[in-house]
Amino acid sequence: MRKRTLLNTKAFELTLKRLCFELIENHKDFENTILIALQPRGPQLLNRIVTMLQTQCAKLDLKTAELDITFYRDDFRRGRLPLKASSTKMPHIIENKNVILIDDVLFTGRSVRAGLEAIVDYGRPKKVELLALIDRRYSRHLPIQPDYVGRKVDAIASERVLVNWKETDGNDEVLLFTVTKENE
Amino acid sequence: MSKLSVDHLLGIKYLTPRDIELIIETADNFKEIINRPIKKVPTLRDITIANLFFENSTRTKLSFELAEKRLSADVVNFSAASSSVKKGESLVDTVNNILAMKVDMVVMRHPYPGSSIYLSKRVKSRIINAGDGAHEHPTQALLDSYSIREKLGDLAGKKVVIVGDIMHSRVALSNIFCLQKMGAIVKVCGPNTLIPKHIESLGVQVEPNFDKALQWCDVANMLRIQLERLDINYFPSLREYTMQYGLTLERLKRLNKEIVVMHPGPINRGVEISSEVADSQTSIILNQVENGVAIRMAILYLLAEKISRA
Repeated sequence: MRKRTLLNTKAFELTLKRLCFELIENHKDFENTILIALQPRGPQLLNRIVTMLQTQCAKLDLKTAELDITFYRDDFRRGRLPLKASSTKMPHIIENKNVILIDDVLFTGRSVRAGLEAIVDYGRPKKVELLALIDRRYSRHLPIQPDYVGRKVDAIASERVLVNWKETDGNDEVLLFTVTKENE
Repeated sequence: MSKLSVDHLLGIKYLTPRDIELIIETADNFKEIINRPIKKVPTLRDITIANLFFENSTRTKLSFELAEKRLSADVVNFSAASSSVKKGESLVDTVNNILAMKVDMVVMRHPYPGSSIYLSKRVKSRIINAGDGAHEHPTQALLDSYSIREKLGDLAGKKVVIVGDIMHSRVALSNIFCLQKMGAIVKVCGPNTLIPKHIESLGVQVEPNFDKALQWCDVANMLRIQLERLDINYFPSLREYTMQYGLTLERLKRLNKEIVVMHPGPINRGVEISSEVADSQTSIILNQVENGVAIRMAILYLLAEKISRA
């Protein structure tokens, strides 16, 4: 297994800051915007973004939510181990709001598809955007593209991208793991 | 996430404590879903479920049907009163005919104990027992445990008394298995004639004095006197039964603590439970009904996961 650092702690922070500025540019005071994190890996990114946005502008009234997409997946009963559902927290009304979906890594796009289906069950948003810390481009199974990207990565399917968080993993960093021939 | 250790839900007896925990945890997710504006997910849209009710039911049948529809499954209903069973068709034939129409799962209520076990060995389908005679009613026990956990936080160490007709009650047997597997302590209370002999061998104690049982317990699960199942007189009169085992507000006031009151329904108001108690804050009867849908969704989801898409 070969390990390569895609984003170190410093680049990680800079990337998040840039994403925050892009969000502020497009959503101003976030009055009509809801930030929705996709479970299970999205909430950590969302929390960090919220903290950063509020450091930039203390008066922001941010509306956040967490969305679990387990029951909307398209691989149910297809031999995979059943996935444990996480909790959904949707305290806001989505109807006619600008929604920003937030996930750490965008890979095949299937989770985002499920997320889009799940969101519609809560109402009809005015607009849905997608923010991903890492975009594994050229890996998409569906025509889904992010609006805000932290870092684009060219990785083949057998490689694995891992986002580590200071709070849970000790360090803010993004790693790429490549399986080498010896341990295949 | 682990899978259920069983392929059918035939009774609580066949589940491991881990299975029960898995069902309860999954039900948490579905409870959130049934409280949304759109109470539906597309998970089982390629599954067809037959509800076979060879015995009358309102709550359980509706609850299963809602659970199935909220998971987007296709549902067919069957009740024995309007079927070829009356023309002499056997159970296995009836079910195999239904399965020939490409049905994936069967939810069955039947008056004979063990009928769902019998069926599970003879037909190729997932079977969910929705009550088999005086044997088991596993979904009721699971929703009861779920409701207690929701109210009291945990089941381990909680004291539960089941009151009434233990002998003819499938709810009592399934509850005893389920509560014990989750670490609760169970006593049963009722007229001697309605307590099965050797019930102690299941690890439950018999407390004939209702007031003592109430003083001991955290939760009282009041069972209905099933007059339709009582072939002989097990107690002198309903009035006498109510005086000894009816849960009234006066009885609850005499306790120096609050207990949780449950009832699997349908309630005979003024017999085993008074109207004031049934409608009081201590009663979680309607929560049980709501939780029933979430628990049944969890079971359907977890069993459907095991149907391969060949």
